[in-house]
Amino acid sequence: MAAGSVVATVQAAPAAEAVTPALIEAAKKEGKVTWYTSVDLPLAEKVGKAFEAKYPGVTLRVERSGAERNFQRIGQEYASRIYNCDVVNSSDAAHLIIWKREKMLAAYVPEDVARDFPAAHKDPDGMFASWRITLSPIAYNTNLVKAEEAPKSFADLLDPKWVGKIVKAHPGYSGTIMTATQQLSRDLGWTWFEKLAKQKVMQVQSATEPPKKIAQGERAVMADGGEYLVLAMKARGEPVEPVYAAEGTPLVTGPSGIMANAPNPNAARLFFAWSMTAEAQQLNVDAGGLRSAHPAVKEKAGVRKFSDIKTLREEANVVADKADEIKARYVKYFKV
Amino acid sequence: MSLDRAEPRVSVRSDTPPFDITRPALIGVALLLAAMIALPMGWLLVYAFTDRDGYATLANFATLLTDAAFVEPLKTTLTISVSVSVICGLVAAPLGWLVARTDMPLVRTVRTLVMASLVTPPFVGAIAWEMLAAPNSGLLNQFWRALTGAPADEALLNIYSLGGLIFVIACYTFPYVFILVANALDRMPGELEDASSMLGAGTWATARRITIPLALPTLLAGVLVAFLQALNLFGSPAILAIPAGFHTLTTKIWSLFQFPPKPQLAAAAAVPLLVLTIVLLRAQAVVLGRRGYAVLGGKYGAPRLIRLGAWRYPAAALAMIVLAMPLFLPYFALFNTAFSKMSSRLVGPETFTLQNFRFTFGELSATMPALQNTFTLAVAAATLGALLALLIAYTVARKAIPGYRWLSFLATAPLAIPGIVLGVGLFLAYTRPPLTLYGTLWILLIAFVTIELPAAYQQINSAFHAMHPELEEAARMLGATRLRTVRDIVFPLLRSAAIATWCFIFVGVIRELSAAVVLFTSETKVLSVLIFDLKESGDVGAIAVLSLSMVLLTTLVVVAANRFAAGSANRAPGRIGG
Repeated sequence: MAAGSVVATVQAAPAAEAVTPALIEAAKKEGKVTWYTSVDLPLAEKVGKAFEAKYPGVTLRVERSGAERNFQRIGQEYASRIYNCDVVNSSDAAHLIIWKREKMLAAYVPEDVARDFPAAHKDPDGMFASWRITLSPIAYNTNLVKAEEAPKSFADLLDPKWVGKIVKAHPGYSGTIMTATQQLSRDLGWTWFEKLAKQKVMQVQSATEPPKKIAQGERAVMADGGEYLVLAMKARGEPVEPVYAAEGTPLVTGPSGIMANAPNPNAARLFFAWSMTAEAQQLNVDAGGLRSAHPAVKEKAGVRKFSDIKTLREEANVVADKADEIKARYVKYFKV
Repeated sequence: MSLDRAEPRVSVRSDTPPFDITRPALIGVALLLAAMIALPMGWLLVYAFTDRDGYATLANFATLLTDAAFVEPLKTTLTISVSVSVICGLVAAPLGWLVARTDMPLVRTVRTLVMASLVTPPFVGAIAWEMLAAPNSGLLNQFWRALTGAPADEALLNIYSLGGLIFVIACYTFPYVFILVANALDRMPGELEDASSMLGAGTWATARRITIPLALPTLLAGVLVAFLQALNLFGSPAILAIPAGFHTLTTKIWSLFQFPPKPQLAAAAAVPLLVLTIVLLRAQAVVLGRRGYAVLGGKYGAPRLIRLGAWRYPAAALAMIVLAMPLFLPYFALFNTAFSKMSSRLVGPETFTLQNFRFTFGELSATMPALQNTFTLAVAAATLGALLALLIAYTVARKAIPGYRWLSFLATAPLAIPGIVLGVGLFLAYTRPPLTLYGTLWILLIAFVTIELPAAYQQINSAFHAMHPELEEAARMLGATRLRTVRDIVFPLLRSAAIATWCFIFVGVIRELSAAVVLFTSETKVLSVLIFDLKESGDVGAIAVLSLSMVLLTTLVVVAANRFAAGSANRAPGRIGG
């Protein structure tokens, strides 16, 4: 699962820290916090507004882009000693491993994480914890595709009847897709991608876009994309339906961490601690369609239970070492 | 030249300050300009010819020429540029002729609307055309299916294709050609045509023998401008080519800046664009150099208008159909998306929503900073750029310092630098000491001023040519320094030209994406980059709202500035033709 499990036995995590009045005061003095995330923008802003309502006096600025873009941006900014980012959330769990390796993160363990989060969803050294969990399923537009004709597996997508009807996001932009691509290339082989590329796939960037494209009816089926958007859109009455493929669905953990050079360290800790509470996590699930590592969070009604879905194994540590190779291979087949 | 030196022994000028600071000031401007251009271009070349460890190599170019991942985009880019320039020539020339030389109705409206399409950023146009002509969800395709009963997966138009991309680029490039052609036709002396018809040639023979040959050099120059625009455009290909699965040279350069960044390859890939642009600009200079005879002798009588007769209204209708492509249809799509719950559905009682406005202005935390950055930069760049252009044009026109020709060259040189290439160069130059400007608005300001300077300089320069130096000479004889002469005489006379230039830069900055997309950080994001970001995550509702607001604000500023210009009493001298 999350990166943490790999080194879970090394040592005890730093002690849990409560949100003290002193922290709140210090955060208010800073007055702002910048959050780099790759979660869908309207959800990110909703989270920001909820945080601002909870702690008036601290403004949250969302910096949303694809996880791979943000990773590149942070690297580029840090190389020029520009420290804009306070809290970072990435849909590519490998990023947190790399940032930890580069000593770019600050250790901080909120009470909820220490008390409630399973070991697989927190770094043993307290550098990060899973802010969100989602999947990268197949999905289709119910107006354009009948349920019985919908693809049931990733292999089904190679059927000639889907030529020109598939939309898919890019692992060079999206952490969700990077994570999914590693899992699918491991389990289905790169030949599956090579064949998929011949289906005249519409190539978009963000994992948030394929669900939007199928809801618009621009393409009938998405080969990958954020499950949470499909669920949220379905709940709003859009004609979209997820498919949990027979081979298993890629699992995507999105950890958050605090930057060691955060310009607003107190506000960063306050936001980070709040974002891991059952209250904030429940908002992710209810408003955003995300899954949560917090055991106190209730799953959304009408949504297939997480435990009932066959998921593929996530290997963030492999992605950390092989991301460049995966991207190069992908570009070779898909040309962009 | 020696007159410029404040010689203390010349008694007539005893009341002048002992030292005229104009010269050092102008030389300072020249040096600044040289540094502004030399620094990024120098680093670009250094990177293009080195490997990751900093050793000299030609390997980057070898990769470029042998790897299909680079050769294909190069071919695609050339295909696009040739097609766009041909289409622009074919559309703009007849339209320019209709507007300038015939009695077609709605001439003023057509001219205004062409200017309006120029204010529309090409990447906004590309996004709007996605809403219209995406094969399945595009409004035009839906309309076509509803009309013909074609099955759900058939499409009339597919914007995600090479043809679609060429079309969209042409939509927002033809105004440049149109303006050049229409202006040239405006200025063309009617006497030649009169002579031709007096000698018995019919309307069409006159057009063929006189009008077209006279306008041809300008048309060719315009076609070259279109070629360059298409060659160096980043936004439209990024929006339309990548979903279709192909790259152009600019999107390829940009992708080399993604992780893991390969600045050496990016720099090398920028060199062909740079070389091609320089070669074409030389060609344009040669072509335009011949244009001289078309305007020889300055102002003649107003050109004769050709009577279209029964063709008057069809001609106007044709002009409106052409303008539907960059204007009516895209703005319809943007408005529809702004007020609709789903961009692929028409606004109706059931789909109407104000949520996109609430989200953009109430929730999206990047909106206000981006608006602020954009307008700060646009005002600063327009002011600084117009001032710089004015100083340079003055120095060159009045030969105020030795080597003034170099100054003219420097001011025009950025024309040869595509936006994305300049972005890469500036990034390489200013992410290191002594001037670590990356992460500040300064690096964007430098980029925008550099990009807009050539056009600004050319505008002001043409105004200078219309102004006789007598007044300045009088002021100088009365003892004013050059700087004071410039302030008291030149500036007021050039006021309306300067304001026109200011507006021109302002609009240019607002729509600039290619350099900004390389140079921004989260704290220095501008509107164009924000829109591009939103595009990548498919948030079209917010895009529509932001684009419409951006165009509205730009228009308001331009209108206000023109009011301001029109309000000035002495607007006759140095008025810009267009």
